[in-house]
Amino acid sequence: MTALLEVRDVSVVFDGFRALDGVNFTVDHGELRFLIGPNGAGKTTLIDIITGLTKPTTGTVGFDGSVINGKREHQRVRLGIGRTFQTSVVFEELTVLENLDLAASFRRPLVSLLARRKGVTEKVAEALETTGLGELAQKKAGVLSHGQRQWLEIGMLIAQGPRLLLLDEPVAGMSADERARTGELLTEIAKDHTVIVIEHDMDFLRRYASTVTVLHEGKLLIEGSVDEVRADPRVQEVYLGRAREEAAHDVVS
Amino acid sequence: MTATLEKPPVAEAPVKEPRDWRGPALFALVAVIGLVVMPLVLEPFRLGLLAKYLTYAIVALGIGLAWGQGGMLTLGQGVFFGLGGYAMGMHLKLNDAGDGLPDFMVWSGVETLPALWEPFRNPVFAIAMVVVVPGAVAWLLGTLVFRQRVRGAYFAILTQALAAAMVILLVGQQGLTGGTNGLTNFFEFFGRDVAADSTQRGLYFTVAIVLGVLFVGAWQLQRSRFGRLLLAVRDGEDRVRFLGYNPATVKTITFTISAVMAGIAGALFVPVVGIISPALLGVVPSLELVVAVAVGGRFALAGAVLGAVLMGYAKTYFSEELPDAWLYLQGALFILVIGLAPKGIIGFFRRKDVAA
Repeated sequence: MTALLEVRDVSVVFDGFRALDGVNFTVDHGELRFLIGPNGAGKTTLIDIITGLTKPTTGTVGFDGSVINGKREHQRVRLGIGRTFQTSVVFEELTVLENLDLAASFRRPLVSLLARRKGVTEKVAEALETTGLGELAQKKAGVLSHGQRQWLEIGMLIAQGPRLLLLDEPVAGMSADERARTGELLTEIAKDHTVIVIEHDMDFLRRYASTVTVLHEGKLLIEGSVDEVRADPRVQEVYLGRAREEAAHDVVS
Repeated sequence: MTATLEKPPVAEAPVKEPRDWRGPALFALVAVIGLVVMPLVLEPFRLGLLAKYLTYAIVALGIGLAWGQGGMLTLGQGVFFGLGGYAMGMHLKLNDAGDGLPDFMVWSGVETLPALWEPFRNPVFAIAMVVVVPGAVAWLLGTLVFRQRVRGAYFAILTQALAAAMVILLVGQQGLTGGTNGLTNFFEFFGRDVAADSTQRGLYFTVAIVLGVLFVGAWQLQRSRFGRLLLAVRDGEDRVRFLGYNPATVKTITFTISAVMAGIAGALFVPVVGIISPALLGVVPSLELVVAVAVGGRFALAGAVLGAVLMGYAKTYFSEELPDAWLYLQGALFILVIGLAPKGIIGFFRRKDVAA
């Protein structure tokens, strides 16, 4: 059986800057994969390549056995690739319920969208349940807290029913409590989905990650279990080196 | 307010949705005023003016849909208004001319009826064109433009340029379009004397009912999933792509609906006012309606309609009393509304807890 996602030899050049350099990245069905690396390593760019927001300069993106380079964003969603964004974007003028319902309805024929939503579909109810946002269903998304927005985004992703979920720093800026809840949410989702998560936070990683891919300066550094990755001298150098630089920066400023 | 303050018990009914009768009640009230009170109270001349404002209100409704709900600032609705108006005007001219040529063609030295005009003899064809031509032009424009992700100010400028181009086109083709004078001097409207009070009265009712029907349709659209999607496109077009929808399709459909509304308005305007000319559909009248929608409240369909009627009255009133002041007042009102009350007049009346 082929892998669900196969990124082959992808390079991205922005105005001469090589954001990704010959990256090969494969994710199997049902995997929960973490993608880490220092700032500027190309993590978000890689996600953008997979979802169609950015076009690769060279290389191919394969999904479920076929190359999807030519597909546009919404077409890729229709194939079953869903994502969240680093800074969550929910529709503030719509209620939580409407946000979720919109996410769940994209497979309906356009004409049927002209009807009003009646009640709550199973998928939406499930997403409300999983994210624990049931109480807020009738509230406009604009009033949600940062953490709740992220959960709503994840909920929208669940409601889409994608085969591959890409989460870009879902716990960034969250409190410890919120992190823990998001972690549980993630493990819950990962049970029956293929998930790729970008995450900086090492603690979070230690608790929830199975396989980790490390990117550094646009290249794939290493791939393996959390322990393998942590033990790798190159990873330590990348992270410790960065820590040292930051420390130096702190002293100077 | 009270209904929403009480949270429903979570486990039982997390998604109980309140049914609101205030909107339909208000609509019924306005319908009674429009269809019963106004025709009784207003003298024929004033009723005719109201009919004219209501045709503008139909255009405004379309602007409210495209701009207020969909974020497409269209500064060229006059184009579609004109296309509808000319389709109707051509039919009326041919009807009046009988076997001969329309009067302005004779004056322009045209000897045979242009091929473009011929099918407009048929009333069914003409009425179909009122809807089809504006719709087709908007669909084509939308398809070309929204796919390329032209939006915001660029889209606004494009539509305005279209209005300017339309005027030049009409003025330049004197023999075909009546040039600057446009089409006027209508005598008969579907077998009736167009100037007779009874005809004008009937036209008033027609306009009011068409507006009402279109309003209900737009209202339903706004409440539908499509309407929610449209808001989402307005507020985060790029995000919508990642929900699996193509924003270009959503925008094209909405823009087309707004254009069809403007076309219908133009067609009704012709018998009500008795003229369609380039001055009625260029940049300035297109902008005036956008200003009216902003003043009334662009985020609510009712606001768009209210704005068009109020600004129509204001324009007439001030043009009668203080002819020089109107333009300045209109400008000042626009600045005031944008600066202090971005939700327009209707924003003062709307509840905060209702999704826009």
